[in-house]
Amino acid sequence: MTELTLAKAINEGLRKAMEDNPKVLLMGEDIGRLGGVFRVTDGLQKDFGEQRVIDSPLGESGIVGTSVGLAIRGYRPVSEIQFDGFVYPAFDQLVSQVAKQHARSEGAITLSLVVRIPYGGGIGAVEHHSESPEAYFAHTAGLRVVSPSTPNDGFWMVRQAIECDDPVLFLEPKCRYWEKGEVDEAAPPSGLFEAAVRRVGTDATLVAYGPSVKTCLKAAEVAQGEGRSLEVIDLRSISPLDADTVARSVEKTGRLLIAHEAPVFGGMGAEIAARLTERCFYSLSAPPLRVGGYHTPYPPSRVEEDYLPNIDRLLDALDRAFEF
Amino acid sequence: MVRSARATRGATAAADEDMVQLLAPSGERVTHPEYDLEPSDDEARGLYRDMVIIRRCDVEMTALQRQGQLALWAPLRGQEAAQIGAGRALAPDDFCFPGYREHGIAWCRGITPEQSARSFRQVTNGGWDPYEHNYAEPSIVIGNNVVNAVGYAMGVQHDGAESAVMACTGDGGMSEGDVAEAFVWAAVFQAPIVFLLQNNQWAISEPTERQSRIPLCRRADGFGFPGVRVDGNDVFAMLAVTRAALARAREGSGPTLLEAFTYRMGAHTTSDDPTRYRVDTEVEDWLQRDPVERLHRYLVAAGAADEAWTAEIDAEADGIASRLRDAVVALRGPSPASIFDHVYAEPHPLVDEERAQMVALLGAEDAGSLK
Repeated sequence: MTELTLAKAINEGLRKAMEDNPKVLLMGEDIGRLGGVFRVTDGLQKDFGEQRVIDSPLGESGIVGTSVGLAIRGYRPVSEIQFDGFVYPAFDQLVSQVAKQHARSEGAITLSLVVRIPYGGGIGAVEHHSESPEAYFAHTAGLRVVSPSTPNDGFWMVRQAIECDDPVLFLEPKCRYWEKGEVDEAAPPSGLFEAAVRRVGTDATLVAYGPSVKTCLKAAEVAQGEGRSLEVIDLRSISPLDADTVARSVEKTGRLLIAHEAPVFGGMGAEIAARLTERCFYSLSAPPLRVGGYHTPYPPSRVEEDYLPNIDRLLDALDRAFEF
Repeated sequence: MVRSARATRGATAAADEDMVQLLAPSGERVTHPEYDLEPSDDEARGLYRDMVIIRRCDVEMTALQRQGQLALWAPLRGQEAAQIGAGRALAPDDFCFPGYREHGIAWCRGITPEQSARSFRQVTNGGWDPYEHNYAEPSIVIGNNVVNAVGYAMGVQHDGAESAVMACTGDGGMSEGDVAEAFVWAAVFQAPIVFLLQNNQWAISEPTERQSRIPLCRRADGFGFPGVRVDGNDVFAMLAVTRAALARAREGSGPTLLEAFTYRMGAHTTSDDPTRYRVDTEVEDWLQRDPVERLHRYLVAAGAADEAWTAEIDAEADGIASRLRDAVVALRGPSPASIFDHVYAEPHPLVDEERAQMVALLGAEDAGSLK
C-alpha cells in the first residue's frame, strides 16, 4: 500500500504498462520534456526515451489519427488530449476511424489504443478547460469510455485500459488529480468495466463517476445526519455500463439519483434513468432524478459552483425523490 | 523565387508547373533529367494488361450499379496510369492507405475486383484483410486515412523496418485539415511515407481552382519535403517517380508528395451527373491524353504489341469482367445478427443484449441468414 495522488497513481500505472510491454507508446502535447501540463507523464520521457514518449505537434486529429496508424501497425499508443475542450478536432478520427476500424475490417484489425483526457470543471479555469464530453463518445459504438475516481483506480484502470483490445477513452477527473489515496499495487480492485459500491445504504441510490463520486459521498454523509441512508455507486465505466450493479441497488433502495458534471439533457443520466426504469419499474418509489450541468455552455468559472452538481443540489433532488 | 512569382501572377492550381513525363500522349518516349525508366517489353505489356483489365472491370461495375446490383460505384476511368504506376511501384512489404477510388492500386495489391465490389454492394464496409495485402480498408471520410498512414509509417520507423507507406488523397482532400496535420507529422518525424495525390481536376463539382491558388505539389514546400508533379496519364512516369519516392522513404529521407496530374473521365460516382458542372470540350481534350491509348501507341511503335496480342488482352479482360459479374451478383451478406460480431474485440454486455433482442425478434434462422 502506497499513498499517492491520482495524478501520480496514473503516472505509475503508465510506467508499469510501459515496462510490461515495449509496444506501449505515449504521445501528446507537452507530455515529454514538461511531463504534461498536469505532470501525469512526469519523468517518463527521461526514463523511456523520446521514441516512446513523444512530444507531438499541436493537432488533436493528428494525435489520434496517427495513434490509429500506430495501432494498425501493432503498437499500443496512449495519447493525451491536453484538455477536454480540445478533443473536438479529433472527434472525426474518434468516431470515423477509432470506433469503426475493427468492424470495417470484420475483426482483422484490433485497435488497442487509449486516449487520455483530463476532463471536468471545478478548478477555476478559463473557457474550454472544464468540459465533460463523455456522452458524445458513449453514444458511439466501438468506443469504450471509463473514468477513475480514486488513485487506486487511476493506477489500475489505466493499465487495464492499455491491455484492452478495444479503443478506450480514459477520462481523468482533473479536479481530483491532487487528492491522495491508498494504492494497492498487489492486485486490481476489479475488472475495468465493473461498477463499485462506494457506500452501502438503504433509502436511495446515488450513481456517479469521475469527479462527482466524491461529491455524492459527501452528500451521503450529510444525508446520514438527516436520517437518510444513501448507497453510492461509482460507475467507473461509462460505456459499457454496469447496469446490473445499479439495478441490484435500485431494487433495494427504490430511489435513483444520477449525478454528473455534463449537462443533463441528452447526458449519461438520461440513459441510466431510462435503462433502470425499464429494469426496475416496479421497485421504484419515485422517478429517477438527474443532477448535473445546465443547458448552457460551461460558464465562466466564477459561477461554476452553481453550475456543477454540489451537495445542496444533490440533497434537494433527494428531497424531491422522497416527495413522491 | 520563380515559384512565388508564378503564384502571385494569379496562376491557378492548374498552372504551368513542370511535370515529369516519360511518355508523350503520342506514345513517344521523352527524357527527363532526373527520372528514367527502361521497361522491358514484358514489363510494359504487363502495365498495359493491368490498365486494360481495371478499365474493363470499371465499365462492368458501372453497369452493375445501373442494374441495381451495386449501391454505388466510384469509377476510375482516366486514372488507370496514375494507379497502376503507383501501385506497381509498391513492394510487398510496403503498406498503402487508399481512399475509395483506388481500385487500380487494389488490383496491384492482389485484391480481386470482386473484393473491391464488396463495399459497393454493401455486403460489408471493408472487403479484404488489410494484413494479407498490406492494404488498408477503403476510407470514405476524406483525409482521415492520410493521418492514419503517417501513424503507420511512424510505426514502421519505430520498428526499424525497411519499408515504406503510401497514403492516397485527391485534389479535394488537399483542403482537409487532416491532410495538413498528416503533412506536419510526416515532416517533423521524417516518416517513411509517400503521399499520392491524384489531382483528377474535380472534387465532385468543384474544380481544383476552388481548392488551391497554387499547384498542389507546391504545398509540400511549406511543410519541408519535396513535392513533384507527375503526368498522371503516363504510367512510365508514375512508376519511375513513385519508385524513387518510395526508395527515398525507405532509406530514411522522409516524405514526398506526388501530384499525379490526371483527369476523372467519368462521374464522381454513379450518383453524380458531371454534365451539370463541366463542359464536353474539356473531357474531349483529356481524351487526347488517354493513359491506356498512350501506352498502346508506345507498345505498337516498339513492336511489343500487335493486333493479335491486343485482342488477346481484351479477351482476357472480358473474361475477368464476365466472371466478376457472376461473382458480384452471387455475393450475399451480411446476416442481420452479424452486425454485432465485430463492434468490439472483447465481450460487451450491451452488444450481447441487443444481439439477443434481435435474434428473439427475428428468430435465430432469419437473424443468421445472409441477405
